[in-house]
Amino acid sequence: MSNSLAIETQNLGRIYKLRGSKKETRKELVALQDVNLTVQRGELFGLLGPNGAGKTTLIKVLTTLLSPTSGWARVAGADVHAEPNLVRPRINMVSGGESSGYGLLTVKENLWMFSQFYGAPSKEANERIEALLEMVGMKDRMHTKSSDLSTGLRQKMNIVRGFLTDPEVLFLDEPTLGLDVGASRDVRKFIIEWLKADKERTLLLTTHYMVEADELCDRVAIINKGKVLACDTPSALKQRLQKDVTFEIETSPLNGLTPQMMEEQPEVKKAALTDIEGGARWKLSLVDESALARVFNLFAQKDVKVMNLNKRQPTLEDVFVDLVGRSMAEEESNERSQ
Amino acid sequence: MQTSTSWRSFRMAAWLGWLIESNWTDPFLFAVYSIVKPLSGAAILVIMYGIITQGNYDSALFPYIYLGNAFYIYVGAVMTGVSWAVVDDREHYKTLKYMYIAPIYIPVYLLGRGVARFITGSIAVFITIAAGVLFLKVPLHFADINWILFIVTLILGVVMLALLGLLLAGITLTVARHEGFIGEATAGVLYIFSGAVFPLDVLPAWIRPIGYFMPTTYWLELLRRSLVGNVAQAFPTLANFTNMEILGILLGLSIFFGVISVQVFRYCDGIARERGLIDHTTNY
Repeated sequence: MSNSLAIETQNLGRIYKLRGSKKETRKELVALQDVNLTVQRGELFGLLGPNGAGKTTLIKVLTTLLSPTSGWARVAGADVHAEPNLVRPRINMVSGGESSGYGLLTVKENLWMFSQFYGAPSKEANERIEALLEMVGMKDRMHTKSSDLSTGLRQKMNIVRGFLTDPEVLFLDEPTLGLDVGASRDVRKFIIEWLKADKERTLLLTTHYMVEADELCDRVAIINKGKVLACDTPSALKQRLQKDVTFEIETSPLNGLTPQMMEEQPEVKKAALTDIEGGARWKLSLVDESALARVFNLFAQKDVKVMNLNKRQPTLEDVFVDLVGRSMAEEESNERSQ
Repeated sequence: MQTSTSWRSFRMAAWLGWLIESNWTDPFLFAVYSIVKPLSGAAILVIMYGIITQGNYDSALFPYIYLGNAFYIYVGAVMTGVSWAVVDDREHYKTLKYMYIAPIYIPVYLLGRGVARFITGSIAVFITIAAGVLFLKVPLHFADINWILFIVTLILGVVMLALLGLLLAGITLTVARHEGFIGEATAGVLYIFSGAVFPLDVLPAWIRPIGYFMPTTYWLELLRRSLVGNVAQAFPTLANFTNMEILGILLGLSIFFGVISVQVFRYCDGIARERGLIDHTTNY
């Protein structure tokens, strides 16, 4: 492996064996399938996909928490399965959307303890804790027991825990999940500043927020059902769709009109649908603007009224729709119903 | 490097364990709890003994039972102190995965987490024995105590219990539900078969070998002998063995169970990684 690579995976696979009742045969869930990725040192790499796509499973494998069932992965130059003890001093991880931490300990105690597990000198650790808490606007809560913190503040504390040890490779699993808009913005700003401070630092971020991936990441891998569908810079991914014209149309209730019917129209390449209050929101990928007439005709035939119409620049969401055939929200609800 | 990693893992785990153990309430309530809990446990046993023997507290059986019960506090405290850390970190604090990815030795970390329970257990044992000597005429005379035997046995036993705790911690790692009962069930089995509150001779002959295979049997016997030698030797179970012979058996069984415990933990740790159980929470 080249030294310039922070993360490398080759045909990485993970299958969970699911327990059913005693009479049932064991089912298998393919969480990762032939994942081949390379992440350069100094890169902010995003994994984008709906819930259940395999993002967290991939992070668990890369952080040595879970053994792969096939293939291999190297992080910071060491094999995650065969050499976990070489990987661990060089990495850290933060999972969003959970309230982890020792509630009986203060914020400072929690953070100091983890710094000690990484062998940081106590004085240096304390200085770093104060600096990081200042950066996330939590210095005044340093001596608060973590059980007395709000969910958002507790998550911020965890984010500080991840950055505290100054890892070579940091894994952030949905770091802004459950945070309000302001706190999410703070976290994103903090991530960018942390990376800027040292060009050797690498960060792998999972998210199902398209804007977050678009705004932060140098490169993004779009992942669904355990497979990497595409991997490139956000702008390169979006350029794949530049040749199409994308419209977002809000309509009255559908009266039986389906995305499949819409896609049967010539010059309609993709149609994705999201329910909104009092109607539906369509995302249509058209060959050119003239196809809009056919779309309006179809709406008229089904007595569907157009409430709003926007021509859109392609987003990563559109890239996902193009690759999967469904929006991320549809994919998640489809997964839940199975 | 390995030494510093081990020491770091142990030291910080002990620090964390103590804060968790002692910080759940204010210091006064913690002190009251620490005194009342062991005395209540001892009181139940003393009352039961008094009813069954019609108040015959002068019998050699009374100090046998009383001291066995007092030192048995260590079994539950140290063993479950180590294994419960898995449940605590994984289910309650959701930090086990962060411990696992930190550059520490997890077995040493878990042993460190048991230190706090050892300290609170020691306080409970001391209070129980002191109450027995002061109020219940347990025949313990400082001048007659074999201190060397007592200290060596105590240390060896606590290490043995901590290693058994590691075995339970390994099993706990692989069990997603009912994990809290593993420690209690094991402590219960040891309570019956280790001669804690009755000599093994009371048990049917075919069941006694289980007790003879338990290191706790020899540990409790040696602790009694070191404190109240003559009284302890009044019971036939291990009367034919000298102190050194029992110490040898205890050492041998401790090494045997220690090796088994480390191997079981390693195996279970691998299973937990295979099955993705390190951060598996059930909200059970």
